[in-house]
Amino acid sequence: MAWTEYLTPLLAGAWVTVQLTVYSTILGAILAFAFGIGKLSPNGLIKAVSVAYIEIFRGTSLLVQLFWLYFALPIAGQVIGLDLRLPPVVAGVLALGLNIGAYGAEVVRGAIQSVQKSQYEAARALNFTPRQALFGVALPQAIPEMMPPFGNLAVQNLKDTALVSLISLGDLAFRAEQLRNFTQDSTTIYTVVLFMYFGMALVVTALMKTLERLVGRWRYASN
Amino acid sequence: MSDHIIKFDKVGKSYGSLKVLDGLDFEVKRGEKVTIIGPSGSGKSTVLRVLMTLETINAGVVYVGNEPLWHEQCNGALVPAGEGHLRKMRQQLGMVFQQFNLFPHMTVRRNIAEAPVKVLGLSRQDANLRAEELLEMVGLADQADKYPHQLSGGQQQRVGIARALAMRPKVMLFDEPTSALDPELVGEVLNVIARLASEHDLTMLLVTHEMRFAREVSDRVCFFDKGRIKEQGTPEELFTDPKEQRTRDFLKAVLDA
Repeated sequence: MAWTEYLTPLLAGAWVTVQLTVYSTILGAILAFAFGIGKLSPNGLIKAVSVAYIEIFRGTSLLVQLFWLYFALPIAGQVIGLDLRLPPVVAGVLALGLNIGAYGAEVVRGAIQSVQKSQYEAARALNFTPRQALFGVALPQAIPEMMPPFGNLAVQNLKDTALVSLISLGDLAFRAEQLRNFTQDSTTIYTVVLFMYFGMALVVTALMKTLERLVGRWRYASN
Repeated sequence: MSDHIIKFDKVGKSYGSLKVLDGLDFEVKRGEKVTIIGPSGSGKSTVLRVLMTLETINAGVVYVGNEPLWHEQCNGALVPAGEGHLRKMRQQLGMVFQQFNLFPHMTVRRNIAEAPVKVLGLSRQDANLRAEELLEMVGLADQADKYPHQLSGGQQQRVGIARALAMRPKVMLFDEPTSALDPELVGEVLNVIARLASEHDLTMLLVTHEMRFAREVSDRVCFFDKGRIKEQGTPEELFTDPKEQRTRDFLKAVLDA
């Protein structure tokens, strides 16, 4: 088989990888903001829940989280009489998103805390509510700070999607393994796959750079 | 009904064993322009920060317009105030900060208009109009669409003044407004403050090291030392004929510098 013949099945797998990456990164971003802000909440319960989420998902292996959602959760559900079987795509997106969200939450928290205290004082002097100070003053300054670490996490997430092939999801890594079993042509297949992951990572990096410029437009204004 | 808009009644404030305000008694009349001078650590900035509700107090009562600032009446007793009361009281005060503290992600216009929209409930259009009038007043009408980092320090501080005025406070607090500026930019900021002082019946409280300026604009100068007022009087009295040795030493030190 010529290497071009691998492209069709591999591209089909790459498309699944793209979808997994996009959905789980969006889920992760939502979780990151929710729990990153939650960790700074004056409300003890919200803070405790946020800390628990962050520590649990940062402190356990992504692979185990994935297996737990896909294999263990349905059995646990059976015990209490609920059907908790998840389609592989849902389990994959959930595990990846929950994992990346925990790391992202720490990025969000750190960026918010790096906003100078004097900014909060100015907001208070103008009688903004704490909520208005957070969303109107602190977050718009913190978000551009979050973008470089978010970019790292997004690329990390793209590469982590390869793990979902272990729950028989037809992503790029899964297709590669299938082809290899069929043709024994490991070198060609894995070289093509390497370049495909690398190409996708470049796209993710470029997208995050664009986003970074977009959310920090005010920084680049010049006379 | 007294004509005092601000009154400190035996106010104490300490950090651990360090007393920043030590049983301070201090009153300001409606419309009065008062300058606070004194060595660093004498509690002069703390007076402004307590009024702006950026720092709490440990003892005594602060009144703004006859109402306790940090306390609420509850069954005839004074209890620590809740956020609702603080918000209502804060409405009467505006503050200009040493480091300007403008919002870097907002244009100059938005810096000024944001609080009137979000806090006072003005329409964006009315708030922008108000912002532009104020920019005219501080001589920056052509800078409305710039971001703070595109302006000089003196221009930024004038925006800071406009931003505080946009909330229509009854009392303006200036916390060393020119201390962070290059010497050649001090004048433009002082001019704006001086005009404000002469053209409005606004009550003004100013912490500064600009002695000549203090002399020109203020009705009264207070010399702070160790968390209390050591000496006060008209600028004429205090600068030409200080009674206290401590005041003389301080004035000699800063005027010789």
